[in-house]
Amino acid sequence: MNAQELLQIADDELILGWRDSEWTGIAPSLEEDVAFSSIAQNEIGHARALYELVSRELGTDADSLAFDRHPSEYMCAALVEQRRMDWAHAIARHFLYETADEIRLAALKQSDDGAVAGLAAKMDREEVYHRLHARMWNDRLQAEPRYEDALVELWPYALGVLAPNQRTALAKRVGREEVDAIERNGHSDELLELREEMTMVRRSVPGATW
Amino acid sequence: MVTEAQVWDALAEIPDPEIPVISLVDLGVIRDVAIENGNVRIEFTPTFLGCPALEVMRDAMANKIRDLGAEPDVQVVLDDSWSTDKITAAGREKLRVSGFAPPAPRDATDLVQLNRAVFRCPYCGSTDTRLENIFGPTPCRSLRYCAACRQPFEQFKTI
Repeated sequence: MNAQELLQIADDELILGWRDSEWTGIAPSLEEDVAFSSIAQNEIGHARALYELVSRELGTDADSLAFDRHPSEYMCAALVEQRRMDWAHAIARHFLYETADEIRLAALKQSDDGAVAGLAAKMDREEVYHRLHARMWNDRLQAEPRYEDALVELWPYALGVLAPNQRTALAKRVGREEVDAIERNGHSDELLELREEMTMVRRSVPGATW
Repeated sequence: MVTEAQVWDALAEIPDPEIPVISLVDLGVIRDVAIENGNVRIEFTPTFLGCPALEVMRDAMANKIRDLGAEPDVQVVLDDSWSTDKITAAGREKLRVSGFAPPAPRDATDLVQLNRAVFRCPYCGSTDTRLENIFGPTPCRSLRYCAACRQPFEQFKTI
């Protein structure tokens, strides 16, 4: 497993964690406020662990990887960059991402690198709960045209989360035709805005600890 | 010269920062203690990777070791070798007494299982309970409701 592949996953989890946390305080129900906040915390925890693993190889540290890289160096998928959307899109992204992530984690658990395989197995234990939550909402909304429209719109983005050789498995798992994926190249203005926000303290007080 | 038994006793005094009724030793998160030339090496695993109490626990362990006159080396192990099945019997009882249903075994984590009324209310002992929310106030907790005594309670998630 090379550092670049791990950074892609770490960046996905960091940015999605921030996006999920945009529901904190304003989700449609208190239960969902708690759920998305908790999921956000887990995703950012996964990002931290992955950054730490990669940082040993690159001779840096997790915070530097998370916050000090140039915006063009972030490798997250376009799916996670999008700012908080309506509930149908939020659940569609959640369901598609968690399903893709399960496929990606299954492959990582088979890694020859023991540290990578071990971390992936630990992440997967936590992701079980994200998947339960995502499937519960997918079942609940699947008859809603608005939810189906959101799934259709986000589907090419979801395919871009995975490596090309894993995409057929995702299509099969969610019962959709494979289409051209939106790849990880170039970033939206939304990501640049988010990066400004999440690095604000670090940029204004370099080296701050608390 | 500090002994392993002294180290374990000292670590058993450290409460979990988020569920202080249970100690880090009860939780089973301290994987190994090794002593070499006055240095104490501790391996531990966070319950959840995003646990915000990670640094607090690491510092608390290091301070306990310094109090014993030794130099700490706390290693965080990030793999799947810890599970909630490793919470001690005493730890499970402490959880129950303070209103937390202890975690189910590892093979019981699908939604069907979580929805089943197999989880006993820590207040009245009834199994007439239901899942209210997979997620709770910290990553390691779910919310359940007891229909028998009408008491909401927390369930320690299985990892």
